[in-house]
Amino acid sequence: MTSRLVFLLFLALIGSALAVVSSQHKARKLYLDLQREQTTAKQLEIEWGQLQLEQGTWSTHARIEKFAVSRLGMMAPPPGRIEIVRLPQKDKP
Amino acid sequence: MSRSPAALAAVGPALQPWRANLVLIVILLWFAVLAGRALWLQALNDDFLKRKGESRYSRVLELSASRGMIVDRNLEPLAISTPVESVAASPGDVEADPAELRKLAQLLELRPDDLRAKLADTRREFVYLKRQLPPDQAEKVVRLGIPGVFLQREHRRYYPAGEVMAHVLGFTGIDDRGQEALELAFDQRLTGQPGSRRVIKDRLGRIVEDVEGIRAPRNGERLVLSIDTRIQYIAFRELREAVLKHRARAGGIVVLDAQTGEVLAMANLPTYNPNNRGKLEPGRTRNRVVTDLFEPGSTLKPFTAAAALELGMVKPESIIQTGQGQLTIGSKTIRDTHPHGALTVAQVIQKSSNVGSAKLALGMPAEQLWSVLSKSGFGLPPRSGYPGEGAGRLRAPKTWKTIEQATMSYGHGISVSLLQLARAYTVFATGGELRPVTLLRRDGAAPGERAMSAKTANAVREMLEMATQAGGTAPRAQVSGFTVAGKTGTAHKLDGRTYAANKYIASFAGFAPATRPRVIVAVMIDEPSAGEYYGGLVAAPIFSRVAEGTLRVLGIAPDAPGNKAQHLDENVPLIREEV
Repeated sequence: MTSRLVFLLFLALIGSALAVVSSQHKARKLYLDLQREQTTAKQLEIEWGQLQLEQGTWSTHARIEKFAVSRLGMMAPPPGRIEIVRLPQKDKP
Repeated sequence: MSRSPAALAAVGPALQPWRANLVLIVILLWFAVLAGRALWLQALNDDFLKRKGESRYSRVLELSASRGMIVDRNLEPLAISTPVESVAASPGDVEADPAELRKLAQLLELRPDDLRAKLADTRREFVYLKRQLPPDQAEKVVRLGIPGVFLQREHRRYYPAGEVMAHVLGFTGIDDRGQEALELAFDQRLTGQPGSRRVIKDRLGRIVEDVEGIRAPRNGERLVLSIDTRIQYIAFRELREAVLKHRARAGGIVVLDAQTGEVLAMANLPTYNPNNRGKLEPGRTRNRVVTDLFEPGSTLKPFTAAAALELGMVKPESIIQTGQGQLTIGSKTIRDTHPHGALTVAQVIQKSSNVGSAKLALGMPAEQLWSVLSKSGFGLPPRSGYPGEGAGRLRAPKTWKTIEQATMSYGHGISVSLLQLARAYTVFATGGELRPVTLLRRDGAAPGERAMSAKTANAVREMLEMATQAGGTAPRAQVSGFTVAGKTGTAHKLDGRTYAANKYIASFAGFAPATRPRVIVAVMIDEPSAGEYYGGLVAAPIFSRVAEGTLRVLGIAPDAPGNKAQHLDENVPLIREEV
C-alpha cells in the first residue's frame, strides 16, 4: 500500500518537474516575444519623434511663407479688402 | 611504560570506550566544523557566493528615460530629443587584432593611437569611443563584430524652429542636460529619471527572464511655453528685416499678452542655430531682451506723467511752458531741439518734450517718481523664470541730484531690460496693474499688483494713443483698422561714462488695440547706422507690422475699421522726438 503511494507520488513528482521545465521554457519564449514587441514599440516611438521633427522642419513658417508667395502667388489682403463679420451676440452663459 | 603486555591486555577492554569516544568526538567536531563552514557560506555570509553566481547570468540593465519635449502654446514641438548611437567599449573584453582596430578607428574617425590609448586601461569597464554617431555609421561598427565594443543609446536634442527660437529655448550639452535659457531653467522638470531592472541572460546574451524592476524609468515632463510660434516668426522676421535695413548692431523684440502677462514672442539678433553650434560665438547666445540693460530714453516719460497725475499735481490738459526748449539746472542745460512753447501734459508725451517732462519731474518729490517707477517694476528682476535676468538700475531717491531727477524723467540715468519695459507697459494696458510675466502658458489672467489708480493709467493711455496720431512722434506705429498706443524712445548710448555722440538706441513700447489692449510689443534696435536713428522711424514701423500680424493671428476684431495706417506713406510729416 505504502509502496504504491510512494510510486504514485514519484510519478507525480516527475510529471510536475517536467511541467515546470516546459512552462519555464514557454515563459522564456513568450518573454522573448514580449521583448521583441517592446523593442518595436520603442522603435516606433523613436520614429514618431523623428517624424514630428521632420514635420516641424518642413512646416517652418519661413518655408511656408516662401512657397505661398513665390509658388502660389498669395499675399496678405490689404485692409480695404477685409470684411469683418460679427457673430450675433449671444447671451453670456 | 612499566606495564607488561599482559597488564595491557587486561586493561585493554577498560580503555576502549575512552578511545572510541575520542574518535567519535574528533569526528563530530570535524562535522561541526563542516556544518559551521556550510552555515557560514550559505546562511551567514551568503552574499559573496550569490554574487559570484549571479554575476554569471544576471545583469542589471539601465533603462534610459528621454528628456521632455518643449512645445509652444498650441503644442507645436519646439525641442525634441531623439536617440542617437554612441560607440562604447569595455577595454578588458576587447579582443581585436591591429587590423581590426585600424578599421574601427577609421569608422569612428579617430587616430589609431588615440583609440589604443582609450582602450589601454583594462581595469575600466566602460569607456566612450565616439559619441553621437549617425545610425548608419553605428551600424557599420556593429558589423565589425569586435567583442567588447558595443553601442550605447543616447539622446540628442533637435530644435525645429532653429535660430528663430534659439534665445528662448537655449540648448543642451552632450549629456542632454540644459545649458542655456529655458533648457537650463527647467532642467529639473525636463530631465527624465533613468530606471534599471535585473534580468537573466542566456549564453547567447539574450534576455530570458525579467527578475525584478529595480526602478521604473520616468520620462521628463513636457514643458508648454506661452510662446506662439506664429507670432514668434512674425516678430523675428520683422526684427531681422529692420536690423538689416538700418545696419544695426543688434536688436530685440518682445510681445506680451497684455492681460495675462504671457510672453507670446521674444526674439533677438544676432542669433545662432542651436542645431549646429560648431562655430558659436559666445555673445550670440545671450538673450538681450532679458539680460541686457540699456537707458530707455523717452519710453519712460509716460511714467513721469503718471507720477505727476497720481499726485494730483497736474491734469492731462494742464499747461506746461517749455518756452524756447531750454531748461538750465546748475551747470547743465536740458534741451528740446524743436521748441514747442506752451504744451499740455498730454502734448508733452505726444511730442516727447524733454523740457516738459523735466519740469513735471522737478515739481514733485523724488520719492514720488521713484515710487511710480519702482511699482512699475523698474529696478527689480521681472521674475519670468528665465535665468540671468537683468534687474536694471533704479537708485534710491535720496541719492538723486536735481539734475538726475530731471534726466531720469526722460529715461536717462536709469537702466532697464526690454522685458522690464514691456512689462511696465502692462500698467497702462490694464488700467493700473502690473502683471507678472511668464514664459509658460497660463490659463486665464494672473492677478497683478496695483501700481497706480485706474484713472491715471487710463489718462496716460490716451496720451500714448495721441503719440501715434498725427502730431505725435510715432505715426508710423499705426495699424490699419486698429487704434494703437505707444511711446518712442531714442537714447544716446553710453560709451564708458559719457554719452556717445552718434551711437543711439532706438526703441518703441506700445500696445494695441488702444481701447481694449490685448498685446504689448516692445522693440529695441541697437546702433542703427544707416542714417535714421529716431525711435519713431526705426522702431515704430516694426511695432506696427508685428502688432498687425499678432492681432491677425489672435483673431482680434478691428476696433477702428476706418483707420488707415500711415506708415506706408513715407511723406507723412514726422515730429522728431527729443534725444
